[in-house]
Amino acid sequence: MHEVDMTRALLLAMEGWRQSHKPQVPLVDTVHLQVGAFTCVEPDQLVFTWQAAIQNSWLEGAELAIEPVALLGRCLCCSATYTPEPERGYRSPCCEHPMEEIVQGRELRIRSVDYQLPQPDTATAFLPLSAPRP
Amino acid sequence: MHMPLEDSLGLNLLAANQHQAAHNREHFDAWKLLCLNVMSSPGAGKTSLLERSLPLLAQDFAMAVLEGDMTTQLDAQRLEAVGVPVVPITTGRACHLDAAMVCGGLRLLRERLDPAGLDLLWVENVGNLVCPAEFEVGEHRKVALLSVTEGEDKPLKYPVMFREADCVLITKIDLLPYLPVEVERIEEHVLQVNPRCRVLRVSASSGAGLEAWHQWLRQQVALQRSSLAAPGPDPQRTADPALSALI
Repeated sequence: MHEVDMTRALLLAMEGWRQSHKPQVPLVDTVHLQVGAFTCVEPDQLVFTWQAAIQNSWLEGAELAIEPVALLGRCLCCSATYTPEPERGYRSPCCEHPMEEIVQGRELRIRSVDYQLPQPDTATAFLPLSAPRP
Repeated sequence: MHMPLEDSLGLNLLAANQHQAAHNREHFDAWKLLCLNVMSSPGAGKTSLLERSLPLLAQDFAMAVLEGDMTTQLDAQRLEAVGVPVVPITTGRACHLDAAMVCGGLRLLRERLDPAGLDLLWVENVGNLVCPAEFEVGEHRKVALLSVTEGEDKPLKYPVMFREADCVLITKIDLLPYLPVEVERIEEHVLQVNPRCRVLRVSASSGAGLEAWHQWLRQQVALQRSSLAAPGPDPQRTADPALSALI
């Protein structure tokens, strides 16, 4: 269920980005999203809800490309980095130290957007009728 | 077809929620109160703990509760019965409270009382060990509950929640004699994931451990007051460097 909320947050962030291109409406090819392993987001489910959510919207047809980011902890005892295996716990395999520091794995970040801007003569075709004309 | 442009955004997916949460926190700080976000799976004992703790803490603190619930106001009614103002927030299909919902709850609270007169504001989140961990609401401290009946492995299965918590309460310890559970293993699993949090054993039923829990709360209220008196980074909320970079 939380992927629906994450998709909503993603659409909200994308809407803010679209506003920065006003009055043009970008044609989005791909949204590149980094998803850390130490988050509550399941990438496959996020793609599924994304595809459902963008139907009949300005983002219809846009691909959501997810770049998984592995969890990486740092042992404060010996400074070695390690990827915990949840079944074996989160202690560092070198010194059995608890997971004090997370180097990466908490990412939920829109890294970049691939898009095109419509030609000037077609730009207004994407605007709703009520929107002010440029 | 020309090559697409690329905008490098580096935008945190939860930026909108974090912006609203920061706005809520500004209000909390202006009112000089401590806000606690209480989270757990359904049935771990959040409401029972508050039913037991609030009357005891009422001697020292003025308090109110924002009560998140998916469909009913049953928990809100239980807490109103102990004499503390409660604003129910019914989330509908949403499995967690977000900062905007809490902002709406604050508006309703202000219709009933002046929040500047409060010492503690409790946000009882929707029962869920997953989503509430990601959606901050502007709280100063996160408290996660884990009951002994849920099993020793839950901190390893839901690590984000326990990583985020400032205090983990292991609840229902009065049931330990009847369960094949080693409470030490639960504590060890929590501390593997989050060695900085405080772990306390409590029972809302027997009252065991409540004094230590209340003592922790008093310390947090005092720390918050002193941090507001001397502005600077909150020493209790030292975020992960990886997360801080995203905000």
